[in-house]
Order: sequence, then C-alpha cells, then structure tokens
Amino acid sequence: MKVKIDQKLCVGAGNCTQLAAAVFTQRPEDGIVELRQENPPQELAEAILKAVRNCPTGAISVSEA
Amino acid sequence: MKRDLKCPFNPPPDLKRLQSEAPITKVRIWNGQTPWLVTRYEDVRFVLKDPRFSVVPTRPGWPPMSAGQAATRRDLKPNIFSLDNPEHNDYRKMMSGDFRIAKIETLRPRVQAIVDAALDEVLATPPPLDLWTHFALKVPSLVICEMLGVPYSDHELFQDRSEKLVSTTSSDQDIATALKDIQSLLENLTRAKQAAPTDDIISRMAVQYARTGVLTPAEIADMCVMLLIAGHDTTSNMICLSTVLFLGHPEQLEEFRNGDAALVANAVEECLRYINVPHLGRRRVALEDVELGGVLIRAGEGVIAGTMIGDRDERAFPSPDEFNIHREARHMLAFGYGVHQCLGQPLARLELQVALTALFRRIPTLKLAVPQDQLPFDYEALVYGLHELVVTW
Repeated sequence: MKVKIDQKLCVGAGNCTQLAAAVFTQRPEDGIVELRQENPPQELAEAILKAVRNCPTGAISVSEA
Repeated sequence: MKRDLKCPFNPPPDLKRLQSEAPITKVRIWNGQTPWLVTRYEDVRFVLKDPRFSVVPTRPGWPPMSAGQAATRRDLKPNIFSLDNPEHNDYRKMMSGDFRIAKIETLRPRVQAIVDAALDEVLATPPPLDLWTHFALKVPSLVICEMLGVPYSDHELFQDRSEKLVSTTSSDQDIATALKDIQSLLENLTRAKQAAPTDDIISRMAVQYARTGVLTPAEIADMCVMLLIAGHDTTSNMICLSTVLFLGHPEQLEEFRNGDAALVANAVEECLRYINVPHLGRRRVALEDVELGGVLIRAGEGVIAGTMIGDRDERAFPSPDEFNIHREARHMLAFGYGVHQCLGQPLARLELQVALTALFRRIPTLKLAVPQDQLPFDYEALVYGLHELVVTW
C-alpha cells in the first residue's frame, strides 16, 4: 500500500498518528503530519484506512503499491 | 428544540424526526434568522469539510448560537473560530505544535497529579459535595494554567474569570468584564515572558511571534483566551455528564473502572459521541450556491451542521441511542470536522481518560446525592451540561 499526505490540507489534528502510529507522525513545530514510511506493509492497512476515514480534511490518500 | 426531560442524554425528539423525515431543512432560530439545519452524519461532514461554507461571523446570514457567542467571535482577534482559509491555517499552525499527540502525551503524569490532588481534597471533605466546582471545573483550569504558564498567584483570578466567562448566569456585562480581565492578565504575562521566557505556551509565542513583530502581545493574549474558551467548560461538562452517564450504567462502569488503557480510551470516545456537549451544532454561511442532498443552499444562506444529532445517525452508528463503551466511535463529530476540527482534542481526551478513571477508582462508592431526574441539566446553555452535580459516597 502506498500512502500520501497533502501537507497543505493537513491541520495537525493528529488523529492519524494515534490510529496508525507506525505510519504517521507530527512535525514538532506545527503538528503537520509526516510519513514514517511511504509503503507500509499490508498488515497496517486496516489502521491506515481508519486514519483516512478519520482525517478531518481528507489529507491522506492511499493507493495500491 | 426541546429535549425529552426524561431522557437528558438523548437529542430532542424533534431533531430525531427531522433527521429521518427532512434531513436538510430550514429552521427558525432565536434571532429570527432561518438557516438550513443539516442532521445526517455524512451531510454534516460534507458541510464541515467543504470550503464553500464559511465560519466568518460578520458575513450576513451567519447564524449565531446567541448574542454572546456572536460577540466573542467578533471581538477576539485573531480568532481561528472566525477565519476561513488560508488565514485560519496560518494562525492555527502557530499553536498546533503545542497540541500534537506526542507533546500532549508527555503531560499525562502532570494531569494525573493535578487530578489526584483535586481528589485528595474531595476525599478530605465530608460528603455531599459539588463535583462540578470541586473537580470538573478545577482540573481543566489548572491544566490550562500550567500549559499557558499562568503563575500560581494568578490562578484564582484566572479561575474566577474563566468561570464567569462560561457561566449561563453571567450577564453580558459580566462576560465583557471577565473577558477584559483575562485579556489583560494574559497580555501582561506575554510582555513579562517576552523579557524572561519560561517553558510554556505563552513564552514560546512571545519569543517566536511577539519578539519578531509577527503578533502583538494583545493578539497572543486573544489567541490564548480562545484556547481557554474552547477547552474549559466543554471538558468540565464532559466530566460531569460522563459521571452521571456511567452511574446510570453500572455494568459498563465496572468494566470501565477495571478497564485497560485501550478500553478506557474507547469508552471516552463513546462518551464524547453519546453526550456531545457542543449540542447546538456548528455554524456556517454558504459562500456560493451548493447542492446537497437534493436541496439548493444559496450563497448567503446560513447553515447549522448538526454534529450532535449526526452522531445519533444509524447510518454511521448502529443502534445510535444505545450507550456502548465497546463500540467503534472514534469517527464521531463531537470535535467537529474539517479544518476547524478541535485543536485541543488530544488534551481533552487525556483529561477525560485520567479524570474519569481516577474518580471512579478512588471513590468506588460514588453516587448521586439526588435522583437523576432532579439534576439541573442546563438545556439552554451553549455547551450542554450540569453546572452543579452533588454527589456522595
């Protein structure tokens, strides 16, 4: 699975970093989300999809790797 | 719309009816305006995420919850509640680093210590006792004081004025005076921290933005007042209402009391969904014509995004009127949605997790001092709640 973050849309609410901490982290200066890994393993798919659903601004997108 | 007094945790029956029969419909509000009311979960998310709906309170058609809300939205400058993008994000980013998950998690031991100290005092007092004043209001106030860097000597003034700011018995004059007092306290503090910074939010903002001329100390103070208004009685009311809710569900309370961190976190999401203290929804005005669910919302028309009723939509939550701490509730709308979704949500979650578990674990025999149907639920308040909760043990 390939994950992308649109940092212009992200407001740093941080939901994704709680739902899939292995994939998402927040920049210290403003909380905007960065990826820990762009091609996370399949076993994280469920957590990532939950993060996508909970992102308030639609800043996370996923595609088949 | 009125709640059924026998079911204080349920939305007004009329709202429920609208959700099934007329999910996007015009309603008449307190000041005579007739905004659209949106009541289904996906439609609420649509409105809150779409930039064609504005939060700017000075735009004609924007539907205020009350005269007081309209005033604070106008008078605090800058105020992220009252700005659309791109300005909103510019200001939000000045504070969002302080509320990121990892940073808030480092506060857990301090929040636990503040909660424990408050409970020590509660337990040292012979019951009955008002949990609202002695616990629910106190904990969020002390936590935000520490985070902002308000010195101990100013805590009492800060607590008193922030209480007046949110009290439903305060007159417009009381609110204006309390607001001025807090603004000047925080502005003076910003000037002091600019010269001698310590490790807190005001110092960081003073160094980063006042010293560089990006913001004036008065603007930094207003941004901090905004944090206070957003995070204070919302959390306090959640503490009290969750307490009542759990006491009415003894089996789930037992599971919660003995639950691990994951169950506690999940249960708090369900409390947030089920109670939804910002019960009057989110207010927007359309910037252009938008078609939604077969209805044409015209430019300049107001919209109320019904977050509370949206969280009782069976399309998003099976058996929505059932309180169930095991359900998946994380996608609830209590913190809003879109770019304005609550900045302080990690802090709110932390405070609720710590306060509720400590309360029920340290006072296992906690009970209401009066029957639930005699509790003074504040149906008219901007933030739903109880401004007195007498308990015994």
